[in-house]
Amino acid sequence: MKLLKSIVMSSMLAAAPFSASAKTEVINGAGASFPHPIYAKWAEEYQKETGIRINYQAIGSGGGIRQITAKTVDFGASDAPLNEERLDKEEMIQFPMVMGAIVPVINVPGIESGALKLTGEVLADIYLGKIKKWNDERITALNPDLEIPNQAIYVVHRSDGSGTTYNFTDYLSQISPEWSEKIGRNTDITWPKEATTIGGNGNAGVANFVGRTRGAIGYVEYAFAKQNDLTYTQLASADGKFLQPSMETFQAAAANADWENAPGFELLLNNQPGADSWPMTAATFILMHKDQVNAEKAEQIIDFFEWSYENGGELAEDLDYIPMPASVVNMVENVWKEDLTSNGQTIIK
Amino acid sequence: MLLTAMPSAIKGDSIFYRLSFTSAILIFLVLIGIILSLIDGGWLALSEFGPGFVFRNVWDPVNSEFGAASAIYGTLVSSLIAIVIAIPVGLGTAIFLAELAPDWISRPVSMAIELLAAVPSIIYGMWGLFVFAPWFSEGFQFWALENLVGLPLIGHWFDGPPIGIGLMTAGIILSFMILPIITALTRDALKTIPNVVREAAYGVGATPYEVITRVLLPSIKNAAVGAGILGLGRALGETMAVAFVIGGANRIETSLFMPASSISSTIAQQFNEATNEMHISALISLGLVLFVLTFIVMGAARLLLRKR
Repeated sequence: MKLLKSIVMSSMLAAAPFSASAKTEVINGAGASFPHPIYAKWAEEYQKETGIRINYQAIGSGGGIRQITAKTVDFGASDAPLNEERLDKEEMIQFPMVMGAIVPVINVPGIESGALKLTGEVLADIYLGKIKKWNDERITALNPDLEIPNQAIYVVHRSDGSGTTYNFTDYLSQISPEWSEKIGRNTDITWPKEATTIGGNGNAGVANFVGRTRGAIGYVEYAFAKQNDLTYTQLASADGKFLQPSMETFQAAAANADWENAPGFELLLNNQPGADSWPMTAATFILMHKDQVNAEKAEQIIDFFEWSYENGGELAEDLDYIPMPASVVNMVENVWKEDLTSNGQTIIK
Repeated sequence: MLLTAMPSAIKGDSIFYRLSFTSAILIFLVLIGIILSLIDGGWLALSEFGPGFVFRNVWDPVNSEFGAASAIYGTLVSSLIAIVIAIPVGLGTAIFLAELAPDWISRPVSMAIELLAAVPSIIYGMWGLFVFAPWFSEGFQFWALENLVGLPLIGHWFDGPPIGIGLMTAGIILSFMILPIITALTRDALKTIPNVVREAAYGVGATPYEVITRVLLPSIKNAAVGAGILGLGRALGETMAVAFVIGGANRIETSLFMPASSISSTIAQQFNEATNEMHISALISLGLVLFVLTFIVMGAARLLLRKR
């Protein structure tokens, strides 16, 4: 009995700090791992200002969607947007929070970062295994000034399911009818057997294989490529102009996107019109239930997102994310006002 | 005094009996619960693809076409490579430590082996990816491509991109991971053999080689097989270390240098980002397949042990 008593006592003592912190509001979110660094940064700054703690767990987009559907978290996050049908079925709203870009990275002897020009068609055919050598005439035709060696191409992809793969394969599907027909887009796909493929775990795995495999090409998030000094390439925009990956070309893609005609903000930013739009740009999304049980808490959650839109831009750029343009933020705010309800009353005035 | 003490002692016995009985039953219930929830979670995929799920060689999340064959192949082949390497090396190490080495070598080496067993698998994975794979690529694969590919029968095993990852690398990393178990168990078994047995063998004029191969090894046969099975069990289910180095390609290739995937690595890598219900269900079914596969291997091993 004594033992039992002491166990009960000690567990009560252990639980005490938790019950104390439960008084200060905690907002729970879960989902995509791609935006985790910026959500964590925003949460930290927001907590300093308001004392409200945002607990975001990067369990993956699939997990985020499952958790918000089961209502075990206050908001979910996903790299791939849900379609309108699914949003209606689950009675959820969805809005883009921040953007990132994907860049091709290469390891070709003698080719410096930002020098090699590629088009989407060539990229797709490399990944389809139709272009097998770096000195293939379709590559040399784009790069008459470069000395490109006769080197076999190794195609590196993510071996884990990821939003990066989803957006990359979406871009290839848009560009190449053959890719769209034979391969398609998803967080994880069956890679073409014709190409010599290597699967790397996470951005770090891809970067590792590209870094030490001569002749390799891979795709990583821009932030990762920049922070690790990887050798990236130029890419042709939808209008055919060759672009360097940069904050300007990413923002051009977001600004030129047609958000107005995308119900539920279901829009992938790949291959957007405009000469200066970087063709592989992607937004990451937040999911919330329309009907909120606790209006006060819902208001608090929205306050965090609003704060992040307003004050988080610089923090995002520091971490090489791209803030949402003001026009999109306005549209999102309208959705909050119209669609978030509690007991039939709108929450955001 | 005696009379009053007796009933409470009996009462204590029955409480103890019930407590231990409950613990034993609990494990059984947990096991059944896991099987049932795996079947429940994987039902969508299992009913769609039927028993053929196990033999279908397709894993296409885009078109929701799933089959376990490539993952089963990757799991079995990588575990087999691990066992083929780890059993002779482990047995040799155990014999050396228990029979041949002087104390001042055997003690620190035994400690080192036990420490190896305590290293978390993610460390093996990272070490495998960042240290072993580049070395393996330059130190072995290029050589193998030039010298081994032409060999009859086994030549095509070595015909693949020399990038340091794939089935063979996964198997080798796994062998490092199961080596400590195999070594420690066989060494302990050797140590339980009474010294009189050795003395008797030496007494009739046997050499150390004969003592070890004719007397000692036959008497620990069961323990050695058991150690191999425990090692195999770990190799079959190992996840993170394999996920790092196997290359994540869902296909069956005869080359051991080609990227592949195992059951557990597929689940670990795809579950987080799987949004499609059929995809999730197929991954859970894979878990069931691994469960059954492990059961079969363990069962077969038990039969093997009983026969000897």
